[in-house]
Amino acid sequence: MIEQKYDVIVVGGGPAGLSAAIRAVETGLKTLLLENREMLGGIPLQCVHTGFGIHCFKEDLTGGEFITRLIDRAAEIGLENMVKTHVLRVQVDSASEKTVYAASPRGLLKTKAKAMIYAVGARERHQYEVGLTGDRPDGVYTAGEAQALMDIYGVLPGRRIVILGSGDVGLIMARRLALEKAEVKAVVEVLPYPGGLTRNIVQCLNDFNIPLYLGHMVREVRGSGRVEKVIVARVDGDMKPVEGSEFELECDTLIVSAGLKPDVDILEKMGVEIDPATRGPVVNEFYETSLPLVFAVGNALVVNDLVDYGVEQGEAAANYASKLLEYYATQRLKWRRVDRGRNVRFMVPQLVSGAMDVLFYGRVQHPEDNVRLLIRETGFEKRFSKVKPAEMIRIRIPAEELVKAKGERLTFEVVG
Amino acid sequence: MNRNVEYTCIVCPAGCLLKVEAEGNRVVKVDGAGCPKGVEYAKQEFSDPRRMVFTVVRVRNGELPTVSVKTSKPVPKSKVFNLMRMLASIELEAPVEIGQVVLSDAYGAEVVATRRVGRREAGKHGCKPVSNSLKH
Repeated sequence: MIEQKYDVIVVGGGPAGLSAAIRAVETGLKTLLLENREMLGGIPLQCVHTGFGIHCFKEDLTGGEFITRLIDRAAEIGLENMVKTHVLRVQVDSASEKTVYAASPRGLLKTKAKAMIYAVGARERHQYEVGLTGDRPDGVYTAGEAQALMDIYGVLPGRRIVILGSGDVGLIMARRLALEKAEVKAVVEVLPYPGGLTRNIVQCLNDFNIPLYLGHMVREVRGSGRVEKVIVARVDGDMKPVEGSEFELECDTLIVSAGLKPDVDILEKMGVEIDPATRGPVVNEFYETSLPLVFAVGNALVVNDLVDYGVEQGEAAANYASKLLEYYATQRLKWRRVDRGRNVRFMVPQLVSGAMDVLFYGRVQHPEDNVRLLIRETGFEKRFSKVKPAEMIRIRIPAEELVKAKGERLTFEVVG
Repeated sequence: MNRNVEYTCIVCPAGCLLKVEAEGNRVVKVDGAGCPKGVEYAKQEFSDPRRMVFTVVRVRNGELPTVSVKTSKPVPKSKVFNLMRMLASIELEAPVEIGQVVLSDAYGAEVVATRRVGRREAGKHGCKPVSNSLKH
């Protein structure tokens, strides 16, 4: 068994993890990055489209261009890292000592670190989480699997495609498949409005005459061996299928693009508190979870709209880790808990001290026009001409506003 | 006789609804754009719609079997499938550097690589990953 000791171990070599590890090295921390895939980079490697780096590089880069910049920077500063290394378990020995057990090509790895930054990303919701019934044939993929097949391995997943879910990932895959001359029969969305950005409806669906069925669900998959067709039904206000509204779409492939969920397996085993709203860990303004010096960033914390947010969270967590390692005093802070009020799906971080300005990331439950984001206890408010679930609210709130709350709660609500 | 058309702007995520008024082939008015780029987009979309193309091309002896590519600027929308066909016939030899020109004349644009693909280690088959560590 290999044994080593670090200041910080970063788990996950995607955008958030790479950014955290790079910043940790820059602040002088002895850092190790662990990545379970064959190479550093994470999901952007398989993203041929743009939309990366708009904030952090002020350029609209493709996934590959974006992540190459981070990988090059990591190489430049000599970031110590191991790929094909799968973290099995993390043991918290004390506030400032963790033992990380991982399976690596060199054998079982046992490393000790004072702090851990958890950045393993999200996992996709799959067919059995979206209530799909019927046969279990070949040809059902998640959007990410289909993307990796096409854009890493050069394999077209199918010829006649139905896509379930109209989030941006589903829409981008629709265009990608249509460009490769696959016949995209339909995008089916259970909600009455599209999950993705309007511009993606335009440039991904309308450009290729791909029909979008809003308020519809895929009830059943049929096929022996390979997918042969799917049964689609309209849903009523309670999201229940309307009897008699079913119709068939012949296809050989169903792509499930039903959203992401932070991958918290390792954190859960460690006993970290999970927020049912984000399905990621509860963190304070330092991105620290309920365990001391265990940080969470990127899509493992909250499913972000933009890669830039994950980068920003990774860098911030590394900065805080560096400060907290010098002087650990967060136990002495009095935390105020962030509550979700009207039309607020989630807010991150969930705990704030009032000692510093806090950058919040939030999402609404349903679209609304001309509203205010309000903190009930302090009277702080900000106007928005439009809010929608597909677009995260990102707002920096100054410390002097946050300390106004007398009690232990801060209730965020969206009101007219 | 004036013609009115509507577009959703695709320049940024805001997705402004652009209302275009045209006289013959000339745009006389663009309403609804949140920024000057939106006005430009509407004029372009009316007279000569263009799109960026993002795809992959084959790589021989690479650590990955494909490299992602993009057009250096938007190409005519009507030529997108022609361009896809041209790219389907290309096979590069690894290594491929990011920014490397894959096709120099693609309807007025260049097609360039958007990721780096190293050469597969000799004697190994399949899509063999990169080195085990950045530190060697």
